Amino acid sequence: MNSKRKKKISTGRILLYIVLSLGAVLMVMPFAWTVLSSLKNMGQTFAIPMKILPDPFVWKNYPESLAALPFGRAYFNSFYIAFVVVAIQLITASMAGYAFGKLKFRGHNVLFILFLATMMIPSQVTMIPLFIIMKNLGLLGTHMSLILPASLFNAFGVFLMRQFIAALPDELEEAAIIDGASIPQIFIKIILPLIKPSMAAFGIFVFLGQWNSFLYPLIFLNKTESFTVPLLLNFFKGTYATDYPLLMAGTVISIVPVLLVYLFFQKQIIQGIAITGMKN
Amino acid sequence: MQKKRRMWGWAFVMPQLIGLIIFALIPLGMSFFISFHSWDGIAASMGFVGIKNYINQFFDADFVKALINTLLYSVMYIPINMVFALLLALAVQKIKGKTLYRLFYFMPVVTGSVSVGVIWTWILNGDFGLMNSILSFFGINGPKWLTDPSMVLTSIVIVSVWWNVGYNMVLLLAGLQNIPEVYYEAAQIDGANKWNTFRHITLPMLSPTLFFVLINTIISSFQVFDQAFVMTHGGPMKASYTLVYHIYQNAFIDFKMGRACASSMILFAIVLIITLAQMYGSKRWVNYEQ
Repeated sequence: MNSKRKKKISTGRILLYIVLSLGAVLMVMPFAWTVLSSLKNMGQTFAIPMKILPDPFVWKNYPESLAALPFGRAYFNSFYIAFVVVAIQLITASMAGYAFGKLKFRGHNVLFILFLATMMIPSQVTMIPLFIIMKNLGLLGTHMSLILPASLFNAFGVFLMRQFIAALPDELEEAAIIDGASIPQIFIKIILPLIKPSMAAFGIFVFLGQWNSFLYPLIFLNKTESFTVPLLLNFFKGTYATDYPLLMAGTVISIVPVLLVYLFFQKQIIQGIAITGMKN
Repeated sequence: MQKKRRMWGWAFVMPQLIGLIIFALIPLGMSFFISFHSWDGIAASMGFVGIKNYINQFFDADFVKALINTLLYSVMYIPINMVFALLLALAVQKIKGKTLYRLFYFMPVVTGSVSVGVIWTWILNGDFGLMNSILSFFGINGPKWLTDPSMVLTSIVIVSVWWNVGYNMVLLLAGLQNIPEVYYEAAQIDGANKWNTFRHITLPMLSPTLFFVLINTIISSFQVFDQAFVMTHGGPMKASYTLVYHIYQNAFIDFKMGRACASSMILFAIVLIITLAQMYGSKRWVNYEQ
């Protein structure tokens, strides 16, 4: 494909392109197969030898999936939980990041180490006590049981925000202090605008994690109306175990919006993940 | 002014500090406490049993099975994921169309575990799945991926690698891009060949990223649950029953909270030991000077 470029292209390079492209096909194929499978009827699905393309195309799996389970509701639930968690986490984590990075109150070092140390605790360790706490608070089955812990505690987020804010030059703050600005004013008017790109990256990271979260919703939610998308799809799989065309249509319904967002914002999403992961 | 800053410092850290106490420290303490008791999660009182919950684990066939499965899974998953991610990052790094390849390889990462599980349950179906259809095209009689106990962990490794390799690749790629070009130029002037450049420049300069990615991969590997839950429900014959599955099963199916907490503390200990050992060992191979 690059044969007209001035530099001669070695066979090694061509081989590299072929291998990478084959790999890319392998990565995309499961998605393509899901879409194709969702457009077949049972006869075509279990045909031997296998039929690759649906013939004829069967569209009814989509309306049937949508009618079988409240996917719209699940979308709303997933979106609003993830949105609230991202919003609160961005605010509280950047506040804590500012406190650790610039305000340096007494004991900030010990406290910061405590935050770092909690990053080692697997979520499965706190999951059972959290379940008990939520039960006693009467929050079990509500979205609050997911939102509260996720939005008010993220040691990694605090760490990340501290790193970003600590790297900002002190002079900016000093100038504002001379102008008589208060601490909250400095935070809102000077610090926040400067870390906007980092916050966007972190926000994407949190949103994806929350959107795809499975174990906590599995434990905390119990009514189909309150289910998130992954939970509903899992329920769907349990109900229509062998009706693969219907199941595949349900899967397409649950991943297409996410994939569309990904395709539109892939640059920001991938960079966000890279920045978030790199700041260690 | 200084006093004011300190006061505000506490105020700013407060929301996350309260979260840390209520959603991490107290639960950790509770989990530790419950692990020494026998409790169904409902009764008003719990009976103290000492370290029985810990000792019994090792005589509990399910726990031993879960531990072995998790170890087997990790032994396969961690190196395969790391090697593929590194090779992909190196391969994609300096070619045209990098963003396009990255786009494809990262695609599964944004997909949730349940979708991934459902998709692959169908692809790995032993009789009508795509995988075996392709294999039979090449004259290979494919295994029963998800229903053969000796095959199922391998299948979950395949799915997990497909799902996550793009994530590690993107992180490593970012690490590669942070290596200043001058080092490569210097190596070229010195007449270093590709392998030497990789061995003495790329690898040491990439080591902090590699270290971070490795730790991340190890920790997530020991927490494997979603894929096994969605695709096989820990089966067949508990062949894909993992540590986290054991915790889930004990706590929320069998209502043995004491045992479940003890298992979770053991998981915590394993993760902690591996992380600390890696941090200690990393001094030898991770190069933090730039």
